[in-house]
Amino acid sequence: MSTKISTKNLNLWYGENHALKNINLDIEAGSITAFIGPSGCGKSTYLKTINRMNDLVKGVRIQGEVLLDGENIYAPSVDVTLLRKKVGMVFQRPNPFPMSIYDNIAYGPRIHGIKNKAQLDEIVEKSLKGAALWDDVKDRLKSSGLGLSGGQQQRLCIARAMAVEPEVILMDEPTSALDPISTMRIEELMADLKKHYTVVIVTHNMQQAARISDTTAFFLVGEMVECDKTDVIFSMPKDKRTEDYITGRFG
Amino acid sequence: MKQTMKTKAFIEKFMEILFAVCSFSAVAAVGLIIVYMLGIGSPAIAQIGLFDFLFGTTWAPASSTNPQFGILPMILSSIYGTCGAILIGVPIGLLTAIFLANVASERVSSIMRPVIELLAGIPSVIYGLIGMVVIVPTVAKIFSEQTQFNGGATMLSAILVLSVMVLPTIISVSETALRAVPQDYEQASLALGATKAQTIFKVLVPAARSGITAGVVLGIGRAIGEAMAILLVSGNVVNMPGLFTSVRFLTTGIVSEMGYAEGLHRQALFAIGLVLFIFILGINVALYFFVKKGVGKNNGN
Repeated sequence: MSTKISTKNLNLWYGENHALKNINLDIEAGSITAFIGPSGCGKSTYLKTINRMNDLVKGVRIQGEVLLDGENIYAPSVDVTLLRKKVGMVFQRPNPFPMSIYDNIAYGPRIHGIKNKAQLDEIVEKSLKGAALWDDVKDRLKSSGLGLSGGQQQRLCIARAMAVEPEVILMDEPTSALDPISTMRIEELMADLKKHYTVVIVTHNMQQAARISDTTAFFLVGEMVECDKTDVIFSMPKDKRTEDYITGRFG
Repeated sequence: MKQTMKTKAFIEKFMEILFAVCSFSAVAAVGLIIVYMLGIGSPAIAQIGLFDFLFGTTWAPASSTNPQFGILPMILSSIYGTCGAILIGVPIGLLTAIFLANVASERVSSIMRPVIELLAGIPSVIYGLIGMVVIVPTVAKIFSEQTQFNGGATMLSAILVLSVMVLPTIISVSETALRAVPQDYEQASLALGATKAQTIFKVLVPAARSGITAGVVLGIGRAIGEAMAILLVSGNVVNMPGLFTSVRFLTTGIVSEMGYAEGLHRQALFAIGLVLFIFILGINVALYFFVKKGVGKNNGN
């Protein structure tokens, strides 16, 4: 396995608040990496540095390097729109656009210049199949994406992210707004996703991290405490704080 | 002092009735206006004939030999002027709303917004005066050949004044609609690699469509109902509309002649009022339709 994303001495401040402290972390290609930790520990913040969504936050300051395939994504020459095409994102709350299911998926390819109808049709079908949503919606592609259930909406968002053919998919607590059955289906989907993509997921739910991820990183107050194979983290963590957290002593 | 249960109940009941009476009086005013406009506007139409009134092209109400009451030039001028104002006002207003809602920093928009709101509070006669001393001479200067007989008091001047007058309505309603679009949409679009401009025009504006349409419709209402400002800049001559001709609108038709009109002439002016009123009713029905549709869509979640 090769390293897809490599983070070196990453520091991030929101104004005066030092939100990420000297993060060093390698993420392997074609795997699922989970970030766990209590609220406000910086795991979501770190996730958003990988597609530079933190750039949108006012007063943010970032130091250090995040390398995607060896290229620093914070180098001045980087085109952020191309970076975000390569590094897709799925958000905590399902956020389909108020348009048809078809247009939701076709939105990304269209803004990146694909106009051919047949080609778009193909992308829509492929993406929806990839997100295990095709059979649910194939007869109503023209109806609004907002008419779907929460779980379906989230899978629509995953399909939408897949439609621009990313290499990495970031997921920011993608199931925290969903019911258990929808959650289960998304988790099944993630196992499929790692065949084609590098998946990075932030989760509040330690069982979820244990179930689906290959590697787990534990964050605490802006620091990355420990990162190892998931079974190692959950069976014999090296750091006392990790052990305290996974055994439920705090958080 | 202790209130007994009885006095409390009485006050409750009294307040309830007071609220009802107040709201009823507002509704009653609308009802009365509709009834009266129909009552005083229709006799003239009956006498002149609906077709001759609406589609007659000659307005000569004071002629002693052959008075004619065709208001088609005024209807078309009102529509022409309103369309012109919307054509100029909507792009400017919408882009301003986008700037305030999505582009400008909070500091900049907090300064600009009250200024734009002030624009809505300026009395229309002031717009007319400014139009008279600034826009009319400017139009006369730039298009000196086309305006040699009317000195710039033309449809174009009226359109320019109206297009500024519709701005505050379009801007504030559209900005509110744009601000109501969930931030999630913007995030989702940017995360797919869209630029800020693509996000605005392909996601945010379409999502705010019904609110923006409501703003435009309100702007149309404002433009078609305006009288005072136009009276001072449009030349006030009954002509078929043209960009460089002096024109009279439905509104200005009423105010410029009501002072001396009598008999059928006077009744015909009321009938013009009725026509204008029907236009406004139509616009409000359209508005109701758009707003309701928008609400239905947002609740589809």
